[in-house]
Amino acid sequence: MALKQRSVFSQILASVLVNAIYAMQNYPIMFINTLLSPISILIVIVFVSHGALIGIGIEGALIMTAVMSGVSIQGDLSHLKNDLKLQDMVVTSPTSAPVYVAGMGLSEIVFSIPVLILLTILAAIYIHPTAIQALTIIAVMALMFLFSTALGFFLSTLTTDVLQSWGFSGIVTVLLSTIPPVYYPITYIPLPFRYIAYISPTTYAAQIAQASMNYIAIDPIALFVDWVIVILVCIVLLVVGYRKARWREP
Amino acid sequence: MLSSNNRKEGIRMDGLTVKKISKTYDGKKYALRDVTLSFPEKGILAIIGRNGAGKTTLIRILSTELMPTKGSAMINGIDVIADPVKARNLMAIVPQEARAIPWMNPRQQVLSYLLYRGFPYNEASSRASAALKSLGLEENAKKLSRMLSGGTKRKILVATVLASEAKIIFLDEPTTGLDPISRKELWELLNKLKNDYLIVLTTHYLEEAEYLADKIVIIEDGRLVAEGSMEELRKRAGQEYSVRVMDATNIKLPKGVRASKIEKGYQILTNQKEAFALSNMLMKKKMKFSTNPVSLEDLFYYFAKRSINEDTEESGEGEWH
Repeated sequence: MALKQRSVFSQILASVLVNAIYAMQNYPIMFINTLLSPISILIVIVFVSHGALIGIGIEGALIMTAVMSGVSIQGDLSHLKNDLKLQDMVVTSPTSAPVYVAGMGLSEIVFSIPVLILLTILAAIYIHPTAIQALTIIAVMALMFLFSTALGFFLSTLTTDVLQSWGFSGIVTVLLSTIPPVYYPITYIPLPFRYIAYISPTTYAAQIAQASMNYIAIDPIALFVDWVIVILVCIVLLVVGYRKARWREP
Repeated sequence: MLSSNNRKEGIRMDGLTVKKISKTYDGKKYALRDVTLSFPEKGILAIIGRNGAGKTTLIRILSTELMPTKGSAMINGIDVIADPVKARNLMAIVPQEARAIPWMNPRQQVLSYLLYRGFPYNEASSRASAALKSLGLEENAKKLSRMLSGGTKRKILVATVLASEAKIIFLDEPTTGLDPISRKELWELLNKLKNDYLIVLTTHYLEEAEYLADKIVIIEDGRLVAEGSMEELRKRAGQEYSVRVMDATNIKLPKGVRASKIEKGYQILTNQKEAFALSNMLMKKKMKFSTNPVSLEDLFYYFAKRSINEDTEESGEGEWH
């Protein structure tokens, strides 16, 4: 029987079910895994700063969650492609590459919903953002998610084995969200090393988020430059990811 | 069925037509060389060959996963190379080494695949249940795949593609690693399905291809070396019978008859007339022997010219008795 019309919604839902809902439903340990990294660093920052950095720390945890969600796509795509051969089955189906990647990206967000809910509650209690401030943080998170998803997708095309892939994602997560000043102001880093922090796009994203809540003072031109850099990096990686996408192998 | 324009070019409108497909890597290493074949709309086409012969490369090109270096392939009148999006509406694949997803149960596996094919959720759900029921997987439908046997997992993957609307199914080594009973069960299933589907399968089990296939394609070193039904292959080889002489270390054969050494004896592939004459001769000499129709294994060795080492062949000098 031929299908009259194929549903793109169904195709996206398939990825969300495979990569998030069924995984969480059947392996509840995955909940703890998603909560652990952002929350554990937040707790350390709050303890070390005697509570002074709780606001910045929560913002940092939100940015880290967005980055981790995006980067996770690399390991997941690699596992589903190389170990389980699901991607081969999907390639030979009516699902297109952009729909598959969009579904996988959405699945990573769904996977992060528990930690996002927890952080949103903490933000409501300790940060009290206005609607514009909340929108700014959400925009920064969305850009970081897109950037890291494109990066993760790009890296997944370079790896042929899931172990290699997990190695990559571990390094990328640390380089993007643990070492850069995401959980604390950049001024905490001594000057010669501060320039190194500017290599990571998450530094600019964190500055925007911290400035939006007036945790740090930054002049409007520098803030504008931060936005431009974050958006540009995001566009560049999306283009690279799109070009590297190999749905049908050459 | 051939349309008038396509009839001239030999392109089938209701099945598979492959014309001069080649695949090279780095412009040098050939994975496939000028493979040409055709197959009707329904039935089982088996592709056999040694490891690295090019079976999987061919199946990946036909299933739109891999671009060929040159050549064309049509399925039901759709150009697989130029219009993969359209072709994908017709086809489904169970790749070599595909595994049932361990954190999902069979129902979830089938359901999610149908969603990937664009079925609305409710329809996907009812189709998934029906497919699992028809393959006798109902009682395992809600057990996690990692808890099921290898045979059941393989069946789940077959159920996954059969639940869809695809009528062209690619199965890359579907029974590898299965125990003989599970393999036989899958054979019975495929045998039932061949009246409704075009199934292209690769296999290392020659008895599987012999049992299931309507047409067998032998690929050796990227080249198609033979194709046809068992009967056609036997005729093409001109060797319809296999005479095995046992417990013989030295045998004087009639002139022109070539034998290959096998364990504890010789094997002679020949036509019906010669097989009869040879059997008579061996009977008179009271030698232990067996005469059987040539198997696919015999033909595979014959066409692939590998396992029968030319050096071990012995040609008879004597006369027919």
